Amino acid sequence: MSDIGWTGVAISGLLVAVAVGLSLWRQLGLERSIAWAAVRAAGQLLVVGGVLTVLLDPDVSILWSWCWVAAMIVFAAFTVSRRAPEVPRIFPLALASFGVAAIVVLGVLFGLGVFELDARTLIPLAGLMIGNSMTATVLVARRLYDELRDKRDEVEARLALGQPSVEAARPYVRSALRTALTPQIETTKAVGLVFLPGAMTGLILAGVDPVDAVMVQIAVMYVVLGSAATTSTVVSLGVQRRLFTRDHRLLPTPASKRQE
Amino acid sequence: MVGPSGSGKSTLLRLCNRLEVPAAGVVRFRGDDLAGLDPLHLRRRVGMVFQRPTPFGGTVRENLQVAEPALDHAAAVVALERVGLDGGFVDRDARELSGGEAQRVCLARTLVTNPAVVLMDEVTSSVDPSATRALEDLAAGLATDGVPVLWVTHDLAQMRRLADHVLVVIAGKIVHSSAADALTVEASAEVRAFLASGAADE
Repeated sequence: MSDIGWTGVAISGLLVAVAVGLSLWRQLGLERSIAWAAVRAAGQLLVVGGVLTVLLDPDVSILWSWCWVAAMIVFAAFTVSRRAPEVPRIFPLALASFGVAAIVVLGVLFGLGVFELDARTLIPLAGLMIGNSMTATVLVARRLYDELRDKRDEVEARLALGQPSVEAARPYVRSALRTALTPQIETTKAVGLVFLPGAMTGLILAGVDPVDAVMVQIAVMYVVLGSAATTSTVVSLGVQRRLFTRDHRLLPTPASKRQE
Repeated sequence: MVGPSGSGKSTLLRLCNRLEVPAAGVVRFRGDDLAGLDPLHLRRRVGMVFQRPTPFGGTVRENLQVAEPALDHAAAVVALERVGLDGGFVDRDARELSGGEAQRVCLARTLVTNPAVVLMDEVTSSVDPSATRALEDLAAGLATDGVPVLWVTHDLAQMRRLADHVLVVIAGKIVHSSAADALTVEASAEVRAFLASGAADE
């Protein structure tokens, strides 16, 4: 069953009504929020579907698809900067990290011929890569910023021993990266056993042979691992550079102004 | 160096270790403007121990190796004995130590770099009395061995026990500098007032 039609969409909306009903019954006060989320998601997806229909037209240049990818990167960077507002000038950093990840991931996928490069593969793969590495990017930025702020005494004691800033920051960068990447690694381990991931579920529902769906899913998991590792590493290097001066001083962070 | 809290004592030490740079004016080390020196090299020449002990994760030896990566077991034992800790501490977890032990490890860590000067920022303010005495003796010993110690304290009795030369810092200015035994003779009215008030809350 690959086409549920508008009737199917409308009927599945009953489940939103169930969520709203439960919220009313348990007095959660989330009715508006649930309804708005459901309407907004539908609206956004319909717009994206419309744009994709245009982009996937063989007569439309693939350059437009690349523009779409660039727009996704900008929007993702904006989302990261909103979710980690305390980190100074995070937006250009996030932009750079998604850019680097795009080069690495899309370079492997298309450069080595895993997928054939066209709008139909480029847009979903870039979306997967960007969407799934946003959380890790936010986590590593916040975590590293907090570590370097909370452990300021330790970091400065290391600097005072003559360690260059990159070395003095290393234990904290390492711990922030481990924290940010561990959830993704755990998810990768549990895949198939605990849950069937979205891409595969979608393919199977759309009538693709399960084994083919699984192969695509495996590639997708690797895309996510590789891109999350790339974006968070780039961001951690950037945050580190932001917080230290060239002459190896740790800049003051707003929440830890010194008393004396 | 003494002065009321908030007068800028710590900032002055941080300027000397180049953890901060002056907005105006010049800090010199043996005649050379710090701005022109390699900060990493300077920090090993002008060691600093902080108010709160800052043990790093790992063993005591790993702490010492942050200062000197090539440090072997025997050298680590020597470094610990220098600050009055026995060799058994080498493999202890640095974060499990008492405040006084940790602070001595921090001093040992700084001394591993063979500094020409040691800056000590109220290093006894969070340790017990026996560790305080040990740290005071160590500082006095360093000075005797030709390594000057710039010791910041708010404890005037400690100043009298330790100082050869006294600096008084009030509201961001060095308002007094003299040999310790000339302090009461040469002090201005402002400095006398501070010394009297400081003596009162001991």
